[in-house]
Amino acid sequence: MLEHYLSLAVKAIFVENMALAFFLGMCSFLAVSKKVETAIGLGAAVTFVLAVCVPLNQLLINGLLKEGALAWISPELATLDLSFLSLLAQIGTIAAVVQVVEMALDRFAPALYNALGVFLPLIAVNCAILGASLFMEQREYNLGEAAVFGLGSGIGWALAIIALAAIREKMRYSNVPPALRGLGITFIVTGLMALGFLAFSGIQL
Amino acid sequence: MKFLRQQLDKIGHLFEKGGKLESQYPLYEAADTFLYTPGQVTKPSGGSHVRDAIDQKRMMITVFLALIPCVVFALYNTGYQANLAHAGGAPLLGGWRTDLMGLLGLGFNPADLVACVVHGLLYFLPVYLVTLIVGGNLEALFAVARKHEITEGFLVSSLLFPLILPPTIPLWQVAIGIAFGIVLGKEVFGGVGMNVLNPALTARAFLFFAYPAQISGDAVWRAVEPTMLADGMSGATWLAKAATDANALTSGAITWMDAFIGVIPGSMGETSALCALIGAFVLIVTGVGSWRTMFGVTVGTLLTATLLNQVGSATNPMFAVPFHWHIVLGGWAFGAVFMATDPVSSAFTDRGKYYYGFGIGVLVVLVRVVNPAYPEGMMLAILFMNMFAPLIDHFIVSANIKRRIARHGA
Repeated sequence: MLEHYLSLAVKAIFVENMALAFFLGMCSFLAVSKKVETAIGLGAAVTFVLAVCVPLNQLLINGLLKEGALAWISPELATLDLSFLSLLAQIGTIAAVVQVVEMALDRFAPALYNALGVFLPLIAVNCAILGASLFMEQREYNLGEAAVFGLGSGIGWALAIIALAAIREKMRYSNVPPALRGLGITFIVTGLMALGFLAFSGIQL
Repeated sequence: MKFLRQQLDKIGHLFEKGGKLESQYPLYEAADTFLYTPGQVTKPSGGSHVRDAIDQKRMMITVFLALIPCVVFALYNTGYQANLAHAGGAPLLGGWRTDLMGLLGLGFNPADLVACVVHGLLYFLPVYLVTLIVGGNLEALFAVARKHEITEGFLVSSLLFPLILPPTIPLWQVAIGIAFGIVLGKEVFGGVGMNVLNPALTARAFLFFAYPAQISGDAVWRAVEPTMLADGMSGATWLAKAATDANALTSGAITWMDAFIGVIPGSMGETSALCALIGAFVLIVTGVGSWRTMFGVTVGTLLTATLLNQVGSATNPMFAVPFHWHIVLGGWAFGAVFMATDPVSSAFTDRGKYYYGFGIGVLVVLVRVVNPAYPEGMMLAILFMNMFAPLIDHFIVSANIKRRIARHGA
């Protein structure tokens, strides 16, 4: 059982890295990767949100929305299928969790709160988070798997953005052609990083 | 030589500031410093890897010299492997190389040193020339357009790249590969010393993922038609054989010494651990290559290989491959000595180099053992750690700052 979870975590972190294999969550990945400290902050926030949202959504889908999921209330509801609501419900969960994280950061880490700026509330529409939730639904993970998958996806995304931030700090000494400065070169670096992450594609544990 | 110097001096004023050919200065500068010791050294602003008084030109030339045993052995082994497989029954590839060998009348005897070296030369030289022509022109183009020097960094990248390719690689792929490596791996960052990933490895990885048929599998590592021979597929590497057959390394078909000296199929210049060791000696003595990185890679490989030996696996024979085989097979030795120690793409801090090397050592064994998609993982492991080298440096530096603040008071 432990092995199964371990292999799922490795898969989520390296093989199917949210940022570098699926290119999800690109907006904040590219925009908040100028400094390592900020990248660590955003990475941690995204990891937390993912680790909470994915299992929460799993409960929501399997406890309320799936066909026959409401049978525990009364047998008449066993035929009810609310899965058309699942996308809406998942977005709602994500927005609520992000709101809580935002308030917590504002209260306990105001420096980070200011550094992240608009990108903190924007985690709510970070496609990496909705992506992980939808993958969880599609692959029909149970609660334990969903928790491991959410945490792993978050760690993988955080790892990628922190590494990118360190590379961009080093690139201040580079002499990038003027037309490519800023986002252009960041896209190229992201592509090269994805090339490096391909080392793990094909791993079966 | 005096005449040449005078000629160069005579045309020199044309290229200096205000001269007619001012925009072509990098070309003149490259020709001048390639032929003569220049009167000035690389400016500290020439690249972030320039950290002391040793000039970039001397540094890169030293790497070039350290590579020469590998090149010589590459010539011999490429020809030897082809001749050996041919003697064992595999038909030659045909084409102009085979025709030319026939015209030279040297025969295809694997015991004949000259026949082997010439046959190897016919495979290595075209790849090297294409690399130099395509890469060199792109380098010159960028140097002229962006007004930086053509540095000896390219000399090293252009020699490393052919050495890590299989002999059967189509030349058009060589051209595309080196173009990708030089432009997207290096020049978009501003040239030597400013890139993030090793350009030669970037080029190799690009080819590896874009054209897997010509750069991986069982058919490409010897310059003969793929044929079933007595010791398995004509073009399979021993790493690939070890991945499928638990007794491949113990059957006696290959001795450890063979693998150490390098008379095995593989990328042209990667097979010989002995030549890489000679190169390592030169690099360490001259201080150009970091022994810390090499040490880190060795320790990482040793620990991971031993750990996986202990874990064991009933279905995957790679788990049982011991440390002393890992370091002589595939590109381990060549990668650890020449690729991992690349001063630009590795970690800069001394302590960081241990971690960086250790990461490579761990990853190479993991990719070889647990990733069935790729029998060889040295290139991928180094590329992966290249990506994390700046992060390692960042943490080492900030830890250092924190410690010094604590010691000396804020």
